[in-house]
Amino acid sequence: MPRVVVIGAGILGLATAYNLAKRGVRDVLVVDRGYLCGGASGRNGGGVRAQFSSETNIRLMRESIEICRDFATEMKINVWFRQGGYLFLTRTAARARDLEENVALQNRCGLPTRMLDPSELQRIVPELSSAGVRAASFNPGDGVVFPWPFIWGYARAAKDLGVSIRPFTEVVGFEARSGRITGVRLRPTRLSPLDATDEVLPAGDVYTESCDDVVLCAGAWSPKVAALVGLALPNKPHRHEICSTEPLKPWLGPLVADLSDGLYFSQSMRGEIVGGVAVEPVPEGINQQSSRRFLTTYARALVRAIPTMAGVRVLRQWAGCYDLTPDGSPIVGRVADPSNLTLACGFMGHGFMMAPVMGRLLAEHVATGETSPLFARWGLDRFARGELEHENMIIG
Amino acid sequence: MTAKAMLCRCEDVTLDEVMEALDAGHHDIESVKRYTGFGTGWCQGKQCVVACARLLAQVTGKAPELPITPRPPLHPVALGVLASLGDDEEG
Repeated sequence: MPRVVVIGAGILGLATAYNLAKRGVRDVLVVDRGYLCGGASGRNGGGVRAQFSSETNIRLMRESIEICRDFATEMKINVWFRQGGYLFLTRTAARARDLEENVALQNRCGLPTRMLDPSELQRIVPELSSAGVRAASFNPGDGVVFPWPFIWGYARAAKDLGVSIRPFTEVVGFEARSGRITGVRLRPTRLSPLDATDEVLPAGDVYTESCDDVVLCAGAWSPKVAALVGLALPNKPHRHEICSTEPLKPWLGPLVADLSDGLYFSQSMRGEIVGGVAVEPVPEGINQQSSRRFLTTYARALVRAIPTMAGVRVLRQWAGCYDLTPDGSPIVGRVADPSNLTLACGFMGHGFMMAPVMGRLLAEHVATGETSPLFARWGLDRFARGELEHENMIIG
Repeated sequence: MTAKAMLCRCEDVTLDEVMEALDAGHHDIESVKRYTGFGTGWCQGKQCVVACARLLAQVTGKAPELPITPRPPLHPVALGVLASLGDDEEG
């Protein structure tokens, strides 16, 4: 039976490992340089939506939301899933046209998304200041989850099927022969004094695990890992900050996202208002430190949108990295060299919500060796061919 | 101390739940935090992190760990106050 090493124990790595094991590929080892939930999978806002501008993303996310809906039953864990919808709004005419075109496409794909008139906007979020709002769209089927239990759910289910998960284990190199990876060189690590930095500390000797297949799901760290095998990836890490308020009684139905300033916020099942805003420029490279500038920018944008939030207190802020590609679409599938390396990265801040469906598709790809039209389109070689993808519904 | 003793009063995390996380193999404080949710509530761990770190040290036999990464702000601050502040340099 083939042995698969999955690099990165974020949601995508774990979902892929779980789905591989479900298909009968049970000799799977998942390694991660830090602890589970330490990267973007544990740092995102938990949004799950099908409102996108490309048919591919819309259809994939419809399926992902269905998996989310059944996740608690299948995995026996409460992920605090709540379908309160996503309400996109914009204050510019250009983005208003985009929204209308996107809604028409989403309707053709079977989503019930609709444009909202001002009175309907007020009905759905009465607290929202509609001053300057040019257009808004709403899909009641979008929602939010609490990311952490999602990770534990996949991890436990994968382990129950025989998958090994090894946190605090860093990839330091590869052994390759005839264009194939034959072994992954690993080193134990431990926590750095502050996890806000990009640092893990070595804590043991380097050793090698042999493998037949390698899946790279390391998010913003993917280019660094790929470079160890001589592969140049075009993705770039991009810091995004987020914060959470004190818990409030339920009042906010949808996740609200303003495409004009990158503001978004939602109310979790725990009652907190969780949200962020676009702040530029950000430091180069992987950086998970919090800034005061984010907090003041977010506070101004949120209080403008919801004036009654002025009295609500922020409990904590943190940061994580988006994994950005030049055309706003992921990089997935086997590469030419080394031929047994499968990429699954560049998810543009949508990796968490896409993982439930992408984990299934990746497992199928690795287990069968077959390349679907989606994987052909999202492959790394599209950049060399100049056949780029398009997506304009990106928050922040 | 009984199993139902409340270690994290903000998020209702009991001694039992922290022990379950340790039994499940989570032997670093950041994982225990994310598995149980301790330290993510109103006090952000000011009341519970010591108890959890001590428990972890007892169970693993290792020296007490570093505290969980502190998340600003140090105390809860109203959005209206933050909105009235000027922008700061990066950091």
